[in-house]
Amino acid sequence: MVPLWMYLAVAAALFCIGVFGVLSRRNAVAILMSVELMLNAVNINLVAFWRYSETGTDLLLNGYAFTAFVLIVAAAEAAVGLAIIITVYRNRRSVIPEEAVTLKG
Amino acid sequence: MDELCTGLCKLMAEAGADVGLAQFVSLLVGVLLVSGVPLVTVILLIWVERKVAARIQDRIGPNRVGPLGLLQTFADMLKLLSKEDITPTAADRILYNIAPLVSFASVVLIWAVIPFTPFHYGVDLEIGALYFVAIASFGTLSIMAAGWASNNKYALLGAFRVVALLVSYEVPLVFALLAPVMLAGSMSLVDIVNAQTGMWFVVLSPLAFVIFYISSQAETGRAPFDLIEAESELVAGFNIEYSGMKFGMFFAAEFLHVFTNGILMALLFFGGWMGPLFYESPLIAFAWLGVKGTIIYLTTLWLRNTVPRLRIDQIMAFNWKFLVPLSIANLIFLSLALKILQELGMAPRDLIGASFAEVLPATIVMLLINLAMTVYLLGIMRKRGREARRESQAGAALARAGAAGD
Amino acid sequence: MELNAVTIGFFIFSVFTLGGGIGVVTTRNLFQGTIWLMVSLFGVAGYFVLLSAPFLAAVQILVYIGAIAILITFAVMLTRSVTRIRERYIRTVPSFVASLALFLVLLFGVTVPIFGEQNPEAIPAFVMTTRDLGVALVDADGYVAPFLLASILLTAAMIGAIFIARDEES
Repeated sequence: MVPLWMYLAVAAALFCIGVFGVLSRRNAVAILMSVELMLNAVNINLVAFWRYSETGTDLLLNGYAFTAFVLIVAAAEAAVGLAIIITVYRNRRSVIPEEAVTLKG
Repeated sequence: MDELCTGLCKLMAEAGADVGLAQFVSLLVGVLLVSGVPLVTVILLIWVERKVAARIQDRIGPNRVGPLGLLQTFADMLKLLSKEDITPTAADRILYNIAPLVSFASVVLIWAVIPFTPFHYGVDLEIGALYFVAIASFGTLSIMAAGWASNNKYALLGAFRVVALLVSYEVPLVFALLAPVMLAGSMSLVDIVNAQTGMWFVVLSPLAFVIFYISSQAETGRAPFDLIEAESELVAGFNIEYSGMKFGMFFAAEFLHVFTNGILMALLFFGGWMGPLFYESPLIAFAWLGVKGTIIYLTTLWLRNTVPRLRIDQIMAFNWKFLVPLSIANLIFLSLALKILQELGMAPRDLIGASFAEVLPATIVMLLINLAMTVYLLGIMRKRGREARRESQAGAALARAGAAGD
Repeated sequence: MELNAVTIGFFIFSVFTLGGGIGVVTTRNLFQGTIWLMVSLFGVAGYFVLLSAPFLAAVQILVYIGAIAILITFAVMLTRSVTRIRERYIRTVPSFVASLALFLVLLFGVTVPIFGEQNPEAIPAFVMTTRDLGVALVDADGYVAPFLLASILLTAAMIGAIFIARDEES
């Protein structure tokens, strides 16, 4: 059997790859892709903790159901995020977040 | 470990082979068998498709190679294989070569969950119905990858059109798929078939079948939705840069997908292997499934060769303004009716293994609901059609008046 | 740790997940980045299968490969001229150091038992079907409130996305 910590280690590595992407990329689409990686790292953790926890007689579905909700939020995030990126590009001909500063005081 | 080791594995283990090895070999044999069925079928399908198309168009079709032209496909395959294997210099080499493989694999993988008889299937997944929708999305991605990797603007534009079509029609497809899942109370394809012992789901929910049929026709890119290969409008769509066997892979994937959809519809709506004497022998059960799947497959060929192609905006409008609302309404009415019938005791709680007499009252009510919805829908369509006709006549009159004024 | 189907599967899916992730952040070509992202998320779906959550695995593939990949591809194409989709990097070295430091801290946290031995080796045996999840999602004692909220969120996201991305002129 695979011990729990190996799942957690892979999830940690995936999360840090996502962090690196968010910090070092300039394109908003690339940043969004890195955020998706981080969300999935969290999902691995949730499912792994759920699977390895002692559930006793009752079926506890917290980790399982929470992952399903994270998936829903990820879908909504991608749809709205990409719509915003496309609109910003249409108005400013740029997909670099630092350049969208019209609201800056 | 023991429950995994049955049949061939057990025989080998008893003959003295290592248990792990025996398990591996028996799994490998199973995988080869299940994936071999579609690979052999597709060779025959190409011949059937060409022969039927020829008959509908008042031609003879392939008749030179072998008896009735049966060996024509092998000749074609030899030709495709002996062609030069071209990769455009500006193409993304890896993606360009992987895309046809993924496209074909996405169809073959569906066969892993198809139960041929009550006891013969690759695997009876708890989420079988969801599995095949998920696997089909690999096909969409492969088309996108093929269009982009070709580094050709026509290929990319073709891929855009196709992907927009496929993603849109996936929505009513999944909604319609939920009808049999809800009736059977399970996503396992074996359970769905077993729940149809009393009554086929096509009788309980004909609208869901019609929606599923139309959207799976669109998913496979067949007429009237054949924008994937609108050869008379686009140069050839997403596969323009492909030649030889790589093109053949896309081609075979499409043909196999159509037949796979026929089999799936037979399983989901027409009782799969159910039929007279199916319990006598697995072969009879298998034959019933094959006959039902083939009949549905032949109707799609009939449609393909007789219906003209629609414009892309017409296809999209039909999907989002008609098919999606209809599939949602159908699902709501179906679930409401099912729940009320169960509360009243007119329908069994669990359809799996229910007899014909138990399901009969529910069937009549469901049929009436579907009939009412159909009449209402036809009324709406008539009104819409009239309005559209009036507008076009008014537009024509206006144009005439304008021309006269000049 | 013995070598069996589960452990071999775990290593294969680890290669998919981490390799795909590294591909996402290192490739300069955004379309290839999307494909790498899908490879990575396919590996995550494989983990879900190993952790006996097949429903989540199927939904993962359906949502990410069937929908989000296509969305991202469209966004990449719509915000770039097709021939020029290469990207630049900023702050590469500090980002790398920061994420490496974070990884080491996290790795320390998951491997060293600071708060006592909380690291189960074996998976507890229990049977949970997708039906249980379905019941829990609409059960008043379960997750019916988050379920309804999620559907409101999805509706709002759909309307919002259509409204934002709509062309004003037409």
